[in-house]
Amino acid sequence: MDLASSEATRVAQRQGPTPVIGGGTNVGDRIFHLAVLSAAQSVLVLLAALVVLLFIDAKEALGRFGLSFLTTTDWDPVFEKFGTAHFVFGTLVTSLVALVLAAPLAIGTALFLAEYAPRWLREPVAFVIELLAVIPSIIFGLWGFFVLAPIMRGYVEPFLKATVGQVPVLGELFSGPAIGKDLLTAGVVLAIMILPTVMAIAREVVRSVPDTQREGMIGLGATKWETITGAVLPYARSGLVGAVMLGFARAFGETMAVTMVIGNSSNVISASLLTPGYTMASAIANQFTEADKEIYFSAVVAVALVLLLVSVIINGLARLLVWRGAGNVATRR
Amino acid sequence: MSRPAASAPPMRAAFVQPPRPSPFNRNASSGSARSRYLVDGVMRGLIVSAAAAGVFLLLVILLYVVVRGLPALNLDFFTQRPLPYGEVGGGVAPALLGTLEMLTVASLLGVPIGIGTAIYLSEYGRGPFASIVRFVVDLIAGLPSIVVGVFVWALMVRHVVGNYNGLAGSVALAIIMIPIVTRTVEEMLRLVPDTYREAALGLGLPRWKTIMAVVLPTARAGLITGVVLSMARAGGETAPLLLTALGNQFFSADLLAPMAALPVQIYNYAVAPYDDWHTKAWGSALVLILVISLLSLATRLSTRNTLGER
Amino acid sequence: MESPNRRLKGCRLNGASAFATAALLLVSACGPAAAPANTAPPAAPALPSIAPPPSSLVAAGSGIVKEGFPGEAKALNGAGATFPAVLYSKWFNEYEKVTGVKVNYQSIGSGGGIKSISDATIDFGATDSPMTDEQLKAAKNGPILHIPAALGAVVPTYNIPELGGQQLRFSAGSLTGIFLGQITKWNDPKIAEDNPGMTLPNKEIVTVHRSDGSGTTYIWVDYLSSVSKEWKDKAGLGTSVNWPVGLGAKGNEGVAGEVKQNPYAIGYVELIYAIQNKLGVGLVKNKAGQYIEPNLAAVTAAAAGAAKNVAPDLRVSIVNADGDASYPISGFTWLLAYQNQNDKAKGRAITRALWWATHDAQRFNAELGYAAVPDDIVRRSEELILSITTAGGQRAFPHQLPGR
Repeated sequence: MDLASSEATRVAQRQGPTPVIGGGTNVGDRIFHLAVLSAAQSVLVLLAALVVLLFIDAKEALGRFGLSFLTTTDWDPVFEKFGTAHFVFGTLVTSLVALVLAAPLAIGTALFLAEYAPRWLREPVAFVIELLAVIPSIIFGLWGFFVLAPIMRGYVEPFLKATVGQVPVLGELFSGPAIGKDLLTAGVVLAIMILPTVMAIAREVVRSVPDTQREGMIGLGATKWETITGAVLPYARSGLVGAVMLGFARAFGETMAVTMVIGNSSNVISASLLTPGYTMASAIANQFTEADKEIYFSAVVAVALVLLLVSVIINGLARLLVWRGAGNVATRR
Repeated sequence: MSRPAASAPPMRAAFVQPPRPSPFNRNASSGSARSRYLVDGVMRGLIVSAAAAGVFLLLVILLYVVVRGLPALNLDFFTQRPLPYGEVGGGVAPALLGTLEMLTVASLLGVPIGIGTAIYLSEYGRGPFASIVRFVVDLIAGLPSIVVGVFVWALMVRHVVGNYNGLAGSVALAIIMIPIVTRTVEEMLRLVPDTYREAALGLGLPRWKTIMAVVLPTARAGLITGVVLSMARAGGETAPLLLTALGNQFFSADLLAPMAALPVQIYNYAVAPYDDWHTKAWGSALVLILVISLLSLATRLSTRNTLGER
Repeated sequence: MESPNRRLKGCRLNGASAFATAALLLVSACGPAAAPANTAPPAAPALPSIAPPPSSLVAAGSGIVKEGFPGEAKALNGAGATFPAVLYSKWFNEYEKVTGVKVNYQSIGSGGGIKSISDATIDFGATDSPMTDEQLKAAKNGPILHIPAALGAVVPTYNIPELGGQQLRFSAGSLTGIFLGQITKWNDPKIAEDNPGMTLPNKEIVTVHRSDGSGTTYIWVDYLSSVSKEWKDKAGLGTSVNWPVGLGAKGNEGVAGEVKQNPYAIGYVELIYAIQNKLGVGLVKNKAGQYIEPNLAAVTAAAAGAAKNVAPDLRVSIVNADGDASYPISGFTWLLAYQNQNDKAKGRAITRALWWATHDAQRFNAELGYAAVPDDIVRRSEELILSITTAGGQRAFPHQLPGR
């Protein structure tokens, strides 16, 4: 040991300040380096295995349906026709509704905490938000199932039908019976679910805007709002977009909260937000253990593969944006 | 915060040289000034109400869970197994134990990999390989949990074990935990000042000992935060467990047999038509929230004292 | 929220609207005539001494599995149909008290039961739709046996506040119309035709169907396909079909919950789910042109009407059966097990559990809204159970039976 230690010292002295690449010459060092390296490698293997394994099972369906798997809306286990355009549609619509509802609230909260809130309020509110961010999605699903859906069915949706629903074109969004378990409700539950996540990241992003930016604006005589639009938002823009996209990514892949309120119906694509539907994730959750034919099962796994690829793309984009925008804050979810 | 600051976005340059000289002159025509202050006031109102609405909504949901869940909590709830459909009484003890057991096993599997990867990234990681690892960790963090469930089913349920089992559930949870542990711990390790490492190496400690004896202990609180946060996150996961651990209405500690879990129980109870089960679903939700909040609360408070501003 | 549902006990007749459907069920469960002799009243234990001749075999089979057995597995895992989940959860709760063997049953749907047993990811499966030849061929560990566990009725259930206790009547045409999305309002003439004199609300119909693969769905669409060519061509027959309209919910529980939550909804569930939830249950017109109240007697009648069709492997459909009293949307529900059990301890445990289920456990059926399996079918089930072998070709069922 002593020998090894002194060896390490020499290495350290030779190599100068840390951190240094490589494992050094010490046996312990080599083993340790190997251990942590293999941990890091295992993460890569994990993702690779995930893609490969899903692909093997999805191959049959993808091969048989090709591109039409993404472009058609037949999901018919009896006649063995599988297309997922309506699942993709449901996923996009619910996530977009979630975004439209959650982004203003989340960014508003972030701005409030960073720009307006009295100092004593900032920490506690931020703290509560971070706590809320770990609430499991099943809880939001439970609440959506028992509380939100009846409210949507009894009040919100009839109201929307009676008001916006009467407007030409726009009214198409709110036509059909108010069921309460539909794309709109799923979007609202998702919005609530991603709210704390987006809030927490957006707050970090806004906080990371250097004070000099604000001071400059104020020095020029700008009002608070002008400071925000002129300095804070431009500076934080890409970070905020990234925060919102991370929320989007979370909404996109969410399963349980959606499954409980979306109505789980493979209806054809319709303009109305009041139609029950499916997202990719909820379709998998409902049908995975049920798929009793090979091609059916393969189709369900293919949905998982599509979901995986889309989530990789969205997450990748979001991370790049947030990294550029605000250093490492996006890593904290 | 610890990482070198991000390169400045282009807008900063735009600001340093504003296109027009002082567009915010207070001596501008009074009408425009009034409208500017009006806009400012309106926006202030909007922002404050957005914040209030968002936080209020979330707190209302929490409160609702507490109100609906409390009546379910009694001794039986924590000690009995579920009764047959439609019968009133029983408890969710197997689900509680199942969740605890799967979380423990998931931690044993996922935490070493997570921390190992974090150590690699913070202590050794340079160059493209480390960047790839970092990126992949982020991608895994963003994977829909149902996809993880499908993967683990294909791997563990169909092949390795051959039936639905708690171990598969643990593996799924571990996969969800790994990226969270890695990211949190990596950041915490980076907060440890380089001078510590230099001092230790200078004293003749080998590199691995420096990391184990100096760096990790210094960041201990951060490590705990990462691990507990990931457990909190995994503990609430439902979708992957539906496909892997399946469920069990009996007490079963056998990792190779189907196992109950609290979130799955919440789901099953919620969608069933029995009022008593609904109450139990709320009760289980309350217990889940309490456990998870207490875990994260405790670690956040403890790390606040040691590692500053977070 | 209403008061917690309690299990219906005893043979009480109650005319109150909430109990109307339950009472009708109990009339049949307690009634003297229609039900076969082994459909014992709920609380009564099996009484071998007074069993009439047709029941003798079943009665003789009861009581054989009455305690734990050395060398049997102490835990079994099964999954599948939600249709009999109410019954199975009761059975296996009792079975644990009798033998100490924990039979874990998860209701994931018949499709799931078939898939899981095919992959051998569980010890036994359960389904309401018999496995197809193709599915049987694809099974991982060889031949799979269908053991009938109970008979049940799939009933149209609805939530129309205006109706109070009045029961709706449905014909094949109105049911297919509703589920094809052609009938969209409750006051549609086609529905009114079946229900003369009833005031139906001018409200949009919300149809609820299963989102998971389901034997309940199978029985339901088996019926719709057998009465409507249009249905057969458009949606077809299977455990999950491409529903033209409606909301999806997971499990019988989910459909019942959804109907309960949504005014003007109609769904289809196993009878007991409608009764436990005090939901409206519709009468359905059968092949003979009678509107039949779904109850155990009507299901048993359907089984009798279709008895001649029962194949040796006990896979059979009894929808739209002959007979004046037959309820047309009835079906068997089966337990699925491999004929060759590699693991001796598990083979022992499974055969014993199956034996107990087909004999002793049948006394719970009526109480929970399922008809007991007719005797001649039980006898054939016995043959199937006894044909289960473990490694080396030995009979897996460990008990000695006189003469066999």
